[in-house]
Amino acid sequence: MIAEIGLAALWLAAALAVLQMVSGGFALRSAEGAPNPMAIYARPAAVVQAVLAVLAFLLLLYAFAITDLSIKLVATNSHSIKPMIYKLTGTWGNHEGSMLLWVGVLALSGGLLAAFEKRLPERTMGATLAVQGFVALGFYAFLLLSSNPFERLPVPAVEGVGLNPLLQDIGLAIHPPTLYAGYVGLSVAFSLAMGALLTKEVNPNFARVMRPWVLGAWVLLTFGITAGSYWAYYELGWGGWWFWDPVENASLMPWLAATALMHSVSVLAARDALRTWTIMLGVLAFSMSMLGTFLVRSGVLTSVHAFAVDPERGAFILGLLGLYIGGAFTIFALRAGAVAEGKRFSATSREGALVFNNVMLSAILAIVLLGTLYPLLTEAFDVRVSVGPPYFNPAAAIFAVPMFLVMAVGPLLRWKEDKPARIQFEMLLVAAVLIGAIALVSFFGNFPLLPLLGLGLAAALAVAAILPLKGRKLTRVPVATWGMVLAHFGVAVSLFGMACEGAFTQERLAAVAPGGTEQVGDFAVTLQSVTPVAGPNWTAIEARLAVSQNGGEPVILAPQARNFWSPPQATSESALLTRWNGQLYAVIGNQAEDGRWQIRVWWKPFVTFIWYGGLLIALGGVLAIAGRVKVDVKRRKATAMGDARRADLDALGAAAPVPAE
Amino acid sequence: MSQNRLWLWLPLALFAFFAGLAGYMLTQEKDQFVESTMIGEPLPEFALEPAFGGLPGAARTDFVGGKPRLLNIWASWCLPCIAEAPQLEALKAQGVEIIGIAIRDRPEDVANFLGQYGNPYTRIGSDRISEVQLAIGSSGVPETFVIDAKGVIRYQHIGDIREDDVPVLLAELEKAQ
Repeated sequence: MIAEIGLAALWLAAALAVLQMVSGGFALRSAEGAPNPMAIYARPAAVVQAVLAVLAFLLLLYAFAITDLSIKLVATNSHSIKPMIYKLTGTWGNHEGSMLLWVGVLALSGGLLAAFEKRLPERTMGATLAVQGFVALGFYAFLLLSSNPFERLPVPAVEGVGLNPLLQDIGLAIHPPTLYAGYVGLSVAFSLAMGALLTKEVNPNFARVMRPWVLGAWVLLTFGITAGSYWAYYELGWGGWWFWDPVENASLMPWLAATALMHSVSVLAARDALRTWTIMLGVLAFSMSMLGTFLVRSGVLTSVHAFAVDPERGAFILGLLGLYIGGAFTIFALRAGAVAEGKRFSATSREGALVFNNVMLSAILAIVLLGTLYPLLTEAFDVRVSVGPPYFNPAAAIFAVPMFLVMAVGPLLRWKEDKPARIQFEMLLVAAVLIGAIALVSFFGNFPLLPLLGLGLAAALAVAAILPLKGRKLTRVPVATWGMVLAHFGVAVSLFGMACEGAFTQERLAAVAPGGTEQVGDFAVTLQSVTPVAGPNWTAIEARLAVSQNGGEPVILAPQARNFWSPPQATSESALLTRWNGQLYAVIGNQAEDGRWQIRVWWKPFVTFIWYGGLLIALGGVLAIAGRVKVDVKRRKATAMGDARRADLDALGAAAPVPAE
Repeated sequence: MSQNRLWLWLPLALFAFFAGLAGYMLTQEKDQFVESTMIGEPLPEFALEPAFGGLPGAARTDFVGGKPRLLNIWASWCLPCIAEAPQLEALKAQGVEIIGIAIRDRPEDVANFLGQYGNPYTRIGSDRISEVQLAIGSSGVPETFVIDAKGVIRYQHIGDIREDDVPVLLAELEKAQ
């Protein structure tokens, strides 16, 4: 019954999406002040649809939990002897389940928007819900027509096939759902942008409605990318933390667009400028999410993330892309010219700096997009190329370096117009730190240019990030400003980690006989023994490495080469020794002819700062949301009190005071 | 004004280009194989030790003279190699001489594998560091090459040999006569 209820819930939700779309559309035809009677169904439809879609997902989760082998998806992706946590995470470790998660989050976002957002004019709200329903409808169709997660087997399977062992990891429990929530959270920004474009009501009020959604999605994306990077780092056993793989790029591109959007929507909210640009980014951010889904799911690009590939599904998603992205950009081209121009500002102003960095972020986005799609383009002419770090690193750096420089001074500038001379001292300080750090590092050795620049910029940014607090009473600094300071400081921390990893990593690859010792950096690594071990659904050989730092007390590290039997696959489980100033990363390879074992050990100074920085950035976003919500609640209370007082005064027959905005 | 609005169409134009490209590529056969650039070239010079005690090793000279032969790149640790074992037996039954090269393998594992899945080979060389494999432009296991009597590489089959591939290989051997 579970599968049938789930399927019915999905069909019902799809029907409600139609209602939401049509009813929301009627809102556009309402006259001033008189809401269209047909438009009242959009909000309830969105809420109930959310409940149904979430229910469908929970039912699938339950089917995986009890390993219901009569459901095809469970039989092909799960196994009765898998640990419970991986049974549950297996729900989204496959195409159909992850698409259901996608649709569930999409419906949930629409439902939350419909239930709680009361600030927008009803016309814009109706248009927004109509767009959200339209987007949801397409993905319901995709799920129900080509990727039904609840499909039954004619005869229940005796045992499941199992889950790809790389995915049997706690990293998978948190990283994909977080990313998905982020991707799909951007759908609200998309719908709001389209709604505002259709009603031409692009103004600060609209920006204030959009901002928490963008911030929320951005926080989730930041966290998801950070977690995903760490997962790839320790689970793949290659020692790297970012591979410029198409699937990684698919998550980075929406993040870049969302970062730009988050800043531009703030300008719109605070200064009523950048109207068209904000709309454009709102459309772009979710478009990048959908594009990522297409690239990952269709198999047009070869990636280390070997998802099930099906050209028919690819064609379906491409059709949806054409409908939504193509449609949105068409409406944008037709209507954006009619949106009244926002307020003007001079180049040396906070807006000016934000616009510059928006352009830089967009340029980096273009670089990543081009690099990701380039193999697709050349393959059309039968030329095989692989685009990797030699392209991405320098090409992105060309725009990232000026961006970081402007990011250092931008928050110090005033809105609308400012004179650089006013912040002369701060600029000189940042420049001195930058040059000083680069000079200091160059003094100690010969390092590649990019890591060297990264170290200098990280130092300068760390100082610049806290400069906006200078001369202010810390207890009176708004929470949202703390968010910005923290996030910008996080960028510096993360950049520091990346640069250190690039400049100072030491690597040792050796064939070691038991009892043998190798030296990496300050560490003496002794291979004590290699023994077979067994887990619930795998066997492995495990090396015991005694690691001693500068002759100190040895610590045991136990990297494994695991063999899973259902499905059969070998994985390399790295072992990590974390110190405050870096990580020792060890993997075990094959046994050589003479009985020696291949051991590969890296010492990566400050590599952990990459992810600490990512967490700080996400935390900064959380503070920004908290700050905005706090201000909103205050404002609402004040308005409510003002209303009450006016009502009292009205009742007394006195003239009501004009409310102050 | 109209010039000013032209940029508004730019995102749509870029997207249309991408959609067209992606649509075209979706309809194309996806070719995952890395083909050897050594086809038509003579085998490089090599002489490999025996992979286990039961059969002699393999060298370039073993391919020269007489008739065309198959060069089979395989390994005891490779699962598709188990799948193709019956097909190799079928080829052997047709009178084809198959010389194997075992990649990164151990003598006892090779002997076990042959004991379990049959031995279609006349010789097996042991390529411990994939030296010969890389020299002839093979990127994985299993792969099978048709070598003519002059020692020239004539044809490459990538992946395990399925039932339908047997007549194809026989025809290629015929062509290499």
